[in-house]
Amino acid sequence: MATKIFAAPSPHIHGGETTRRIMGDVVLALIPALAVSCYILGLRVLLITAVSVAGCVVFEYLIQRFLLKGRTTIGDLSAVVTGVILAFNLPLGIPLWIVLIGALVAIGVGKMTFGGLGCNPFNPALTGRIFLLIAYPVQMTDWTTGVPEKMLDADTLTGSTMLADVKAGLYSVSEVDFFQMFGGHMNGSMGEIGSFALILGGLYLLWRRVITWHIPVAILGTMALFAAIVGLEQGGDIIWQMPLFHILAGGALLGAIFMATDYSTSPMTHKGMVIYGVGIGLLTMIIRLWGAYPEGMSFAIFIMNAATPLINKYCRPKRFGTK
Amino acid sequence: MKTFPIGGIHPSDNKRWSKDKSIERMELPDEVAIPMIQHIGAPSVPVVAKGDKVLTGQLIGQAGGFVSANIHSPISGTVTAVDIFPNGQGLRRQMVVIKREGDEWMPEIDRSTELKRECTLSPSEIIAKVRDAGVVGMGGATFPTHVKLSVPDGQKAEILIINGVECEPYLTSDYRTMLERGEELLTGVEILMRALNVERGVIGVENNKPDAIAHLKELVVKGNYRGVEIMPLKTRYPQGGEKQLIAAVTGRQVAPPPALPISVGAVVCNASTAVAVYEAVQKNKPLIERVVTVTGKELKETHNFLVRFGTKLNTLLERAGGLPDGDVKVLNGGPMMGRAIVDTSAPLIKGCSGITVISGTQTPRGEEAQCIKCAKCVAACPMGLEPYLLSKLARRKMWDKAEEHNTVDCIECGCCSYTCPSFLPLLDYIRIGKQTVMGIIRARAIKK
Repeated sequence: MATKIFAAPSPHIHGGETTRRIMGDVVLALIPALAVSCYILGLRVLLITAVSVAGCVVFEYLIQRFLLKGRTTIGDLSAVVTGVILAFNLPLGIPLWIVLIGALVAIGVGKMTFGGLGCNPFNPALTGRIFLLIAYPVQMTDWTTGVPEKMLDADTLTGSTMLADVKAGLYSVSEVDFFQMFGGHMNGSMGEIGSFALILGGLYLLWRRVITWHIPVAILGTMALFAAIVGLEQGGDIIWQMPLFHILAGGALLGAIFMATDYSTSPMTHKGMVIYGVGIGLLTMIIRLWGAYPEGMSFAIFIMNAATPLINKYCRPKRFGTK
Repeated sequence: MKTFPIGGIHPSDNKRWSKDKSIERMELPDEVAIPMIQHIGAPSVPVVAKGDKVLTGQLIGQAGGFVSANIHSPISGTVTAVDIFPNGQGLRRQMVVIKREGDEWMPEIDRSTELKRECTLSPSEIIAKVRDAGVVGMGGATFPTHVKLSVPDGQKAEILIINGVECEPYLTSDYRTMLERGEELLTGVEILMRALNVERGVIGVENNKPDAIAHLKELVVKGNYRGVEIMPLKTRYPQGGEKQLIAAVTGRQVAPPPALPISVGAVVCNASTAVAVYEAVQKNKPLIERVVTVTGKELKETHNFLVRFGTKLNTLLERAGGLPDGDVKVLNGGPMMGRAIVDTSAPLIKGCSGITVISGTQTPRGEEAQCIKCAKCVAACPMGLEPYLLSKLARRKMWDKAEEHNTVDCIECGCCSYTCPSFLPLLDYIRIGKQTVMGIIRARAIKK
């Protein structure tokens, strides 16, 4: 073999990071939460996740291949991530055809309409979830169908989430068994109940430098502070229960770690990320405490997604040599 | 441990291939071709003609202005041509070609190896000697050193910073120089401090070179070099960037262009440049040779050579066992900022600190995908720019927007392209944008 000299501009080496590796890491980080959900809720979790992932990947392929007639990018695994996160946002009893509609909306409307990965203004999985929540409100808030009997005690049989119960005044935050809650014993979407596993996944993403701490910490910190102030205002005896409850209940951890950190829909600079996170935290708490819905994470992220271009415009990185 | 404030990456340093190879003197070339532009500034003007006899160290190219540099013959012999030839990047350059006859040096050059420490010259005498010897920045930027040392009226140098960082992967020429020519380096630092009239000289060395740090520290104590400090820096690319190094050492940031390092009282010289200054001032020796690392994973041998300028790069590569089979890139410099050479018969010039050979598989240019807005380039940029945006603006030829977003600040370190998971050639486009915007700014200034 002969030697052939070729030229190209610098730099001549690459760090090896690829979109596929990043998305693969996100999928990996979601697996502990998936395992916890399977353990608590049974194997239907896997079925729904599989249908959701398959739906997202196939829809993306079909749209790119036949509608856009361009390059297919399912190999970058971003559709897999969308599929898993969409599934995590669904209740266990959801009919499979609704899952497929969610996948179609997530990929078709949420992602491909805008030009695919990196161009979507809103988190695709979130777009799918919000669409389903509005289109199929009954199926989307049925937290008991198919749930194993061991889970269905007096607390969970009400068929509503703890956030809804507390909001309706059925019981106080001070009566919550946080140990059970942390262990996943609560009503909710499939993927949001494994708090410990979600945190573990988040730590993995931090370690792999897929995400930075700014967004999750800003969201959860704001929520905790807000909840503590409300707790203080309500009598002070729930000063630590309120923050803990609001972080563990509902989709706070799933949203803060895996959904709000979506690259294309979150700000580019660390300062912007903090503002964005604080915004999500505030909106979530406002919706949870005074809005019509018991849970506000999805809407809060969605609204702040819309604010991201504006945040990017005003939060530029600090130019070297300037104050 | 100190380092620069924002951005940066940690590429594998790959210095192990050549770091333990002592500096060897390369045999004299039989023929040299000396380009009349090897520095930043105006080209030099040839002062010899075909048929002239020249001695080693004799002036052959006169500086073409203040920001320019003298060029000297690296060998003795006969000038056979003064004409235009292609250089390593394929660009046409005026060159003086000399055929070697023996190795007869200019008589005033002191060729002894003993250290001559004492220097009683005034700053202006030192600067004149540095200028006459054609000394330029040896780290690769090749900015004429006498210009740096001539501090403009109204400004005052407070600190001399010596760049011993060598943050570019693979290269080890500065490292070997620090290890093997430490005393000459330190004496050079003393002379530079004297020329600048400063009390403090700091040699910044990254902590991936602990033996160089320890060695220089020992020499400073032993030789009682007053005001000279060896400062270990946390290994991080591009620490050797002038502004990054100043920020790492002093904590001060040079304001955006057109501000110069002197605005924060700093003058930065490369470690090998300090040795060249020593030789120019104490030994009357012009800049006619340098240490060059020849390295690469696939090379049979790696070396740190002391080579006369004008030597063909081929000769160096042959001594390393020739180029490996298959697709290879031959780089003038290292893999982050080095330039790809298309013609290996080109001559070695002043700014070449190393020849790095990397095979095609090690320099992937993956298939470009869409920007996923991961912001890794923003986090990696040491100048606080938004590479993804500057690249997009240049692609769309939106020059005024690119100027607004400070594209001229770019130091072309390549951190953005290095980190991009979508394999976007960010720097390729930013470079185009930067050059165009700089042209627009110049045109505007002329109009005024």
